[in-house]
Amino acid sequence: MAEKSGADILVECLVDLGVEVVFGYPGGAVLPIYDALYNHPTIRHVLVRHEQGATHMAEGYARSTGKPGVVLVTSGPGATNAVTGITDALLDSIPMIVITGQVPTQLIGTDAFQEADTVGITRHCSKHNYLVKDPAKLAGVVHEAFHIATTGRPGPVVVDIPKNVQIATAPYARPELKVHASYRPQTKADAAAIDAAVEMLAAAERPVLYTGGGVINSGPQASALLRELAALTGAPVTSTLMGLGAFPASSDQWLGMLGMHGTYEANWAMNQADLILCIGARFDDRVTGRLDAFAPNSRKIHIDIDRSSINKTVDVDLAVVADVGSALDDMIALWKQRGHQQQDLSDWWSRIAQWRAKRSLSYPDTGPEIMPQRAIADLYQACRSTGKDVIITTEVGQHQMWAAQHFGFEAPNKWLTSGGLGTMGYGFPAAIGAQMGNPESITICIAGDASIQMNIQELGTATQYRLPVKIFILNNEYMGMVRQWQELTYESRYSNSYSDSLPDFVKLGEAYGWTGIRIEGPDDLESGIRQMLETPGPVIVDCRVAKLSNCFPMIPSGAAHTDMLLDPNQIAGIMSDEAKALV
Amino acid sequence: MHIQEELSQRHVLSLTVSNEAGILARIAGLFTARGYNIDSLTVADITDDHAISRITIVTSGPPKVIDQIIAQLDRLVPVHKVTDLTDAGPFVERELALVKVAGTGEDRIEALRLADVFRAKVVDTTIESFIFELTGTTEKVDNFVALMRQIGLVEVGRTGVVGLMRGKEAV
Ligand SMILES: Cc1ncc(C[n+]2csc(CCOP(=O)(O)OP(=O)(O)O)c2C)c(N)n1
Ligand SMILES: [Mg+2]
Repeated sequence: MAEKSGADILVECLVDLGVEVVFGYPGGAVLPIYDALYNHPTIRHVLVRHEQGATHMAEGYARSTGKPGVVLVTSGPGATNAVTGITDALLDSIPMIVITGQVPTQLIGTDAFQEADTVGITRHCSKHNYLVKDPAKLAGVVHEAFHIATTGRPGPVVVDIPKNVQIATAPYARPELKVHASYRPQTKADAAAIDAAVEMLAAAERPVLYTGGGVINSGPQASALLRELAALTGAPVTSTLMGLGAFPASSDQWLGMLGMHGTYEANWAMNQADLILCIGARFDDRVTGRLDAFAPNSRKIHIDIDRSSINKTVDVDLAVVADVGSALDDMIALWKQRGHQQQDLSDWWSRIAQWRAKRSLSYPDTGPEIMPQRAIADLYQACRSTGKDVIITTEVGQHQMWAAQHFGFEAPNKWLTSGGLGTMGYGFPAAIGAQMGNPESITICIAGDASIQMNIQELGTATQYRLPVKIFILNNEYMGMVRQWQELTYESRYSNSYSDSLPDFVKLGEAYGWTGIRIEGPDDLESGIRQMLETPGPVIVDCRVAKLSNCFPMIPSGAAHTDMLLDPNQIAGIMSDEAKALV
Repeated sequence: MHIQEELSQRHVLSLTVSNEAGILARIAGLFTARGYNIDSLTVADITDDHAISRITIVTSGPPKVIDQIIAQLDRLVPVHKVTDLTDAGPFVERELALVKVAGTGEDRIEALRLADVFRAKVVDTTIESFIFELTGTTEKVDNFVALMRQIGLVEVGRTGVVGLMRGKEAV
């Protein structure tokens, strides 16, 4: 058998595993791997400007293509810079493989130059991790790492490779996939659980389908099956932030997003439902609000591939441990086989119509300034009229919630946002990664003035690889979401939430070879957006919006779904210590 | 505002895991990261080829938390099986303690008498001290140590609990 170096074995594995793009940054401990990638015929390396950027690019690539994202960074600071993105991918279940260089095995533990305990640091923010001390084991590990990252509940896997292992040689043949015998995610539901779920659903008078990111992770087929189940049952559908796009926003059965900044109708439907079918969501605190008041009179079914998500925060009546797509497929087949008909849900729908009539997403739009909600709504209309495929990423803050509320998504994998970790700095690199994986799509990062500065250095990456991403900044000169909470809780003492000394984003873009556009007022909004969409190449838009708008509806932390605040007049400015202590 | 604590129950968990680098850190770290309690943890490999280890963890928490602990452990890649011995049926649990007691005269005789009652063995002695070896449940060891404290306890070493299900089957 031919001998190969560890670095060559790694690259060979990446090719065998179908990797087309690697997002990375070189350094001493990965030089052998970089040399093996030099002028590589099939693997494209995207040189980032900061390793955090690489991780979010890999996430954006993964979320928009369904393929795992691959990151390559050096030891020590390269690995520690990647930690935020690894954690982000863990919380949002994004398949990602992070290859880190490490100091040579004989120096491990000596505080060597650029040594960090990468497996120690990433042990609890990755789905699994490895330190590979023998080049003969490398291929098996890399194949297993991809398998673990992409199967079951997807997540990030870290492979730490000491420099001497990259250089040393071992016999190499393409390995058989050998996975830990203990790793066996349950993808097919128990028949009894499917049976019970179908009967509960068929008997429900006030059902709600509560969907989440698991539907997206399960693949486009799962979204199609969700639509079919919704059509069969006639039930209303809501979704978490992570699940947007799995069900079309244009459907009559769509209630909008639920949770802290969800619609009135979605949250009230959850509160009044007699049956909640949770599909690939996890009863996150941003969704449930006060736990003892969450959907108090409903029976609950939870479909999740991860058993530890079931009964974690909310006790459910029926657990269905399975891949979402597989469970939906089984449920639909059984529904049809039993000849179930839709219940008469007209009473339920007429109650929903009353909640909808509140028009909870409406906003005052008469002043001289651009309302941020209007900016998103106009961006949405303009994107639709291009007739092209559009991928939206966001940063974190008010703009993220407004984007979720006012941009309609019709298809999965088109909405990329940091939900679980809420990472400012995610959106722009994610857009670069998505654009890499979808060269024909229009990729837009909806950003805030503060968040965009967290990975602004990646402007250079987009320039270098001629990626025509668009950044649309809702510039309110505040960390708006922080300011909103300070209004709600701390009598508007704006402690450090003003974005002082903002750069001139137009000039900043231009300095990197981008087109910069400023939108000053409502009269420029439409034309500015059109110009952004029509300009080839990367564009940064500084859209000046009303500085003090707040995001509604809002369920304050720890409040019940029924205690939703609909407008600014309901903000009290003070809270009990118990409420203050909640995130 | 004050921090509220929930009522908890003691559970003995028995895990089989792949015997690989970092496995103990993975498990212990899961407990700290998620705020679970560890009262004791023991580990040793249990197969001829040293491929599998058994870890016995004594933990405590409300039922819902125990259920989460099991689900979280089960989803770690190298964890083969998690059994909650406390829930699964009758089981045997033991720990071993070495208890050093110093004293002379009547105390020394009393220490020996108590050791006899507890079926502790003397494994080391000097004119003024004994080391007793005792196996039993955690409660038995606790009681023995409490009595020795009154006589002249010097120090204690304990292994923590190991446990197995009763009956002929493996878990
Ligand atoms: C890395 C990181 N640090 C801090 C926060 C806390 N945080 C959440 S939203 C926010 C403000 C975001 O401001 P901006 O990007 O301008 O968005 P806006 O809310 O104004 O739309 C902050 C600081 C975070 N989510 N991520
Ligand atoms: Mg802002």
